[in-house]
Amino acid sequence: MQAFTQLNGLVAPLDRANVDTDAIIPKQFLKSIKRSGFGPNAFDEWRYLDQGEPGMDNSKRPINPDFVLNQSRYQGASVLLTRENFGCGSSREHAPWALEDYGFKVIIAPSFADIFFNNCFKNGMLPIVLKADVVDGLFNQVSVTEGYKLNIDLSAQTITTPAGEVHPFEVDAFRKHCLLNGLDDIGLTMQQQDKIKAFELKHQQAQPWLFN
Amino acid sequence: MAKTLYDKLFDSHVVTEENGTALIYIDRHLVHEVTSPQAFEGLRLAGRKPWRISSIVATADHNTPTNGWDKGLSGIADPVARLQIETLSDNIREFGAKAYFPFMDSRQGIVHVVGPEQGATLPGMTVVCGDSHTSTHGAFGALAHGIGTSEVEHVMATQCLVQKKSKTMQVVVNGILGKGVTAKDVALAIIGKTGTAGGNGYAIEFAGSVIRNMSMEGRMTLCNMAIEAGARAGIIAVDDTTINYVKGRPFSPKADQWEAAVAYWNTLHSDEGAAFDATVTLNAEDIQPQVTWGTSPEMVVGIDGKVPSLEMAKNEVQRGDWERAYAYMGLTPNTLISDIQIDKVFIGSCTNSRIEDLRAAAAIAKGKHIAPNVKLALVVPGSGLVKAQAEQEGLDKIFTEAGFEWREPGCSMCLAMNADRLASGERCASTSNRNFEGRQGQGGRTHLVSPEMAAAAAVAGHFVDVRDLS
Repeated sequence: MQAFTQLNGLVAPLDRANVDTDAIIPKQFLKSIKRSGFGPNAFDEWRYLDQGEPGMDNSKRPINPDFVLNQSRYQGASVLLTRENFGCGSSREHAPWALEDYGFKVIIAPSFADIFFNNCFKNGMLPIVLKADVVDGLFNQVSVTEGYKLNIDLSAQTITTPAGEVHPFEVDAFRKHCLLNGLDDIGLTMQQQDKIKAFELKHQQAQPWLFN
Repeated sequence: MAKTLYDKLFDSHVVTEENGTALIYIDRHLVHEVTSPQAFEGLRLAGRKPWRISSIVATADHNTPTNGWDKGLSGIADPVARLQIETLSDNIREFGAKAYFPFMDSRQGIVHVVGPEQGATLPGMTVVCGDSHTSTHGAFGALAHGIGTSEVEHVMATQCLVQKKSKTMQVVVNGILGKGVTAKDVALAIIGKTGTAGGNGYAIEFAGSVIRNMSMEGRMTLCNMAIEAGARAGIIAVDDTTINYVKGRPFSPKADQWEAAVAYWNTLHSDEGAAFDATVTLNAEDIQPQVTWGTSPEMVVGIDGKVPSLEMAKNEVQRGDWERAYAYMGLTPNTLISDIQIDKVFIGSCTNSRIEDLRAAAAIAKGKHIAPNVKLALVVPGSGLVKAQAEQEGLDKIFTEAGFEWREPGCSMCLAMNADRLASGERCASTSNRNFEGRQGQGGRTHLVSPEMAAAAAVAGHFVDVRDLS
């Protein structure tokens, strides 16, 4: 996994609550057996005016000019600012794959759906929870400032605005450690395999029917 | 100290714990074709093998067609979908599984229907699957939740999951449900109260007399929808209903282990006085048949209600959501729910495709016919075994005589990955779990209801109060 340490990134605002994973990556793209290439279909139904299908040449599709991420000022954004319960719905990891492939490394919202939140960390992305009033303030600043960038420092757990305002954020210590070092979860867990084997043996003695 | 059921399930699976982050052991891993190929590929690239093959139960469900089975695999018109279904078979052949029910197997079906039906879901288990509706299995007093594909690979490789303990919420529903009010209505009423983010960070335990009196299938419907309240896991204490359901299924403990298993399962309830981080209470008598009007399961009202007006929104963010929902759904505020005409009906999904659901819908459809404005009414059983049981009871005849199409099992139009979908602008009464924009097809408009309400809407051509039908 790619490490995440610090980012000074252009911010794109997506002013909606409850953005679900069906919206982030519609189901027809889940038929792929790969984990890359989902970026051009992120937010497909909002982003394009036609109906998207796998295998289309997305560069030739009609763009929806009303969709915020299509505005020229947000091209190249790597920070997504959005509202509560982002990523609700399906557990599809294709959602963070699509956002990551699109170019987002950080997502800021007042709250996230649990499974999506967890999936982000497995893909070198940092979802950040800030209080709703702080998120409101950032939305206001983004809308009036073209080229608005935020500086995100994972090590210090801070977000710094262009005006120098600093917003601290919380992150689980273990997830932070894995992100900062780009650590693969499986490799880490395999270091505990003696403990897993010992647990499994005890568990099997207690509930043998689980191992039929 | 008095423990909650969640605490008991979590604590009994902790392999190791450090600073609140635990490694928990996984007993059952359910696998389907959509969220597993990248995980198997990951194992292959790293030269890893599954830790315990006997924990894996797999089936193909999301992509499988619900008709044209006589043509076999070649009947799958979409080559990308076919490749994904074939890839699952290839992966299971290469890596192994305790059981695999491939496309067209007589026991194939929706993974959350197949697991319990086979006795592959048992009380006290930890159950995971790369699918958010894994919460369904919590109905058995199991700790069950959806995971992403990276975690699917992690569980395959290590038999463990890295977890932090959730907070606990108790949702208590007491009283007696009225006629025509089902587990689905209870689930939607709860979500209407908590909101779709209300359960974020929580494991929900459902309790109260309504849940105690509910069948296992009703409990599965309820736990299935826990994720729509934002909770990764929904759980229900074990009782005789649970144990009677589990007994005698193919993978259930056999005679020599049965007594010991039951003795343990009977401890799987929250202790008297156990503390929850939050409690929500509903009275059964207040719950009507529910219909969603918008693009989130929390946008829900009773059948005698109306599409709410903007003044009722709790804040600016919700106003914006509602305005977008009116536009997407093609509805205006204050429209009576019973005035909403429908184009299609879908009876199926991991929420409502079990035999009791089909019986309830058939009882409404019997001797009637779908309305002329209903272009398509699909009944998609949850599994091959549910389908066979329904046919044995003659339910297929009732449906087809009433103008419904009787299909092969699978996820079908719940998420419309196969050919079953809504066209843009079409409005559907659906027994599934999500009414998100585009969920049942781009531009499609979904109203979530119970099987009874879906069948009644099919016959009337618009939503009607199932309680008014004799």
